[in-house]
Amino acid sequence: MSTTDLQNLYQEVILDHSRRPHGFGLRPDADAHSHQLNPTCGDEITLELHRDPATDVVTAVRWEGHGCAISQASASLFSGLAEGLTTAEITTRIDAFREAMRSRGTIEPDEQLLGDAVVLGGVSKYIARVKCAMLAWVAAEDALATLPA
Amino acid sequence: MTSSTAVPISDAVPISTAVPISTAELGRIREDFPILASEVNGHRLTYLDSGATSQKPLAVLDAERRFVLTENSAVHRGAHTLAAEATESFENARSAVARFVGAEDDEIVWTSGATAALNLLAYAFSNASLGRGGEAGRRFRLGPGDEILVTELEHHANLIPWQELAERTGATLRYLPIDDAGALELDSLDVLVTEHTKIVAVTHVSNVLGALTPVELFVARAHEVGALVVLDACQSAPHMSVDLHALGVDFAAFSGHKMLAPTGIGVLYGRRELLNALPPFLTGGSMITTVTMQSAEYLPAPQRFEAGTQPVSQAIALGAAVDYLGAVGMDRIAAHEEYLGQRLAAGLSGIDGVRLLGPAAGEFRTGLASFAVADIHPHDLGQFLDDRGIAVRVGHHCAQPLHRRLGLTSSTRASSYLYTTADEVDEFLAGVADAITFFGVRP
Repeated sequence: MSTTDLQNLYQEVILDHSRRPHGFGLRPDADAHSHQLNPTCGDEITLELHRDPATDVVTAVRWEGHGCAISQASASLFSGLAEGLTTAEITTRIDAFREAMRSRGTIEPDEQLLGDAVVLGGVSKYIARVKCAMLAWVAAEDALATLPA
Repeated sequence: MTSSTAVPISDAVPISTAVPISTAELGRIREDFPILASEVNGHRLTYLDSGATSQKPLAVLDAERRFVLTENSAVHRGAHTLAAEATESFENARSAVARFVGAEDDEIVWTSGATAALNLLAYAFSNASLGRGGEAGRRFRLGPGDEILVTELEHHANLIPWQELAERTGATLRYLPIDDAGALELDSLDVLVTEHTKIVAVTHVSNVLGALTPVELFVARAHEVGALVVLDACQSAPHMSVDLHALGVDFAAFSGHKMLAPTGIGVLYGRRELLNALPPFLTGGSMITTVTMQSAEYLPAPQRFEAGTQPVSQAIALGAAVDYLGAVGMDRIAAHEEYLGQRLAAGLSGIDGVRLLGPAAGEFRTGLASFAVADIHPHDLGQFLDDRGIAVRVGHHCAQPLHRRLGLTSSTRASSYLYTTADEVDEFLAGVADAITFFGVRP
């Protein structure tokens, strides 16, 4: 890794999200939630979804947890991305994000689909950090699976 | 950036009488470890993760290669020439390791590592608790009302096997707490070790804090009540002179890969009379005297604990590793690392926003230092340092209860060895200071 890569990995927008995260703080009335742990570092997240059952639109994504800048920024970016989307649209985005993350830098994340979360594209070159970036998205996937259709 | 060139060392640190490792000698030592000259991310490797696993010198690799190329065959079976030579080399390695830690040859049991050694021991206690081992094994029996004492700073490998043993036998697991600074609350030792205590399992040196346990206090109190002492020597045996007979512990475990040897080889030490009374854990070939269709009789230690094909070339490599360490001199290695440990502790303490864990600068610690940086996660710090070719350990270092007690989830650890230079420590310290700037924690 060169210093340029380091700056690409830790873009200012990522550091900003990790310092002032979007969607931080749980609410008592969530429709689904999931707790995920990264056993290698002890980082954890609890993520919850608030859904309008009539439209299947996720109206709010809230989360709490602690972890590295990558995991915190990723949770923040996911929260901003998912709000206002249907559960099916969110699932499509989780799949696209995972595919990019597992690509070892060969797949550029799709900005149309993933919006600001594409800034995390640099993480895919660092295998050890992919789990950090995926933590919130895995929690969301797990929470979605518990929602009644 | 924080300057780290001048490191004050307080009088509280015992001054070693060992002849220091000179710069020239250090250069020669480093040439024995070719990986140290490699480049990582455009920088020469600065390897500060020897606490996790050490690098290996050519002499160790050569010993293993020589064995495989010239003597390789099954040990302790067969009568051909190679088998005899292989057996001799295998047992010579055991003798070398025994001498290295102040033990007798038959007190050294080969295992795949310290984790395997501690689990072997816990399962042997378990088997004794089920009545195996007969009258001789009675002293290892555990049941409801009995207690096992560990400490709050143990590596998971010296904690979970005892948790499981307690669960299996109905015994109670208790622990000696640590204080806010991470020091063992030794005043509680007399209260916590009682006539109910059967096992006291403690680490010799904390893998996170680098603090040295006063083993003699544990041994004295445990033996007062008839309890057995199990020592985790993973972070001591590679780094200082360890005399297990002089320490008086009953059992000990350490891993070869942390002391210049390959992975897959480690040691369980036990006092001879105990090992010969302890029922086996793994059973099968090479550990028996007579086998019928109903039962078997077992060889004395160490063979009774070495069922199946052993990691022969790895054991021979560990023998070569302790020869290498012995040739440099363990007291000199310990003094070198103590100096580096103080340089790490003083340097880290001098950086704003850094919280050094364990003994303060000036107090004794081995050649490692763990720390937390305000508002920078260890993974991010580790990534920043890796960009400069600096390898450190980040995470909970297999000591979650210790971190939880200190109010942390994880930390960063820099750990040295005989081949580590003061310049490497200084590059690491500069990297930590620069990371604080990079992540914008300090304007």
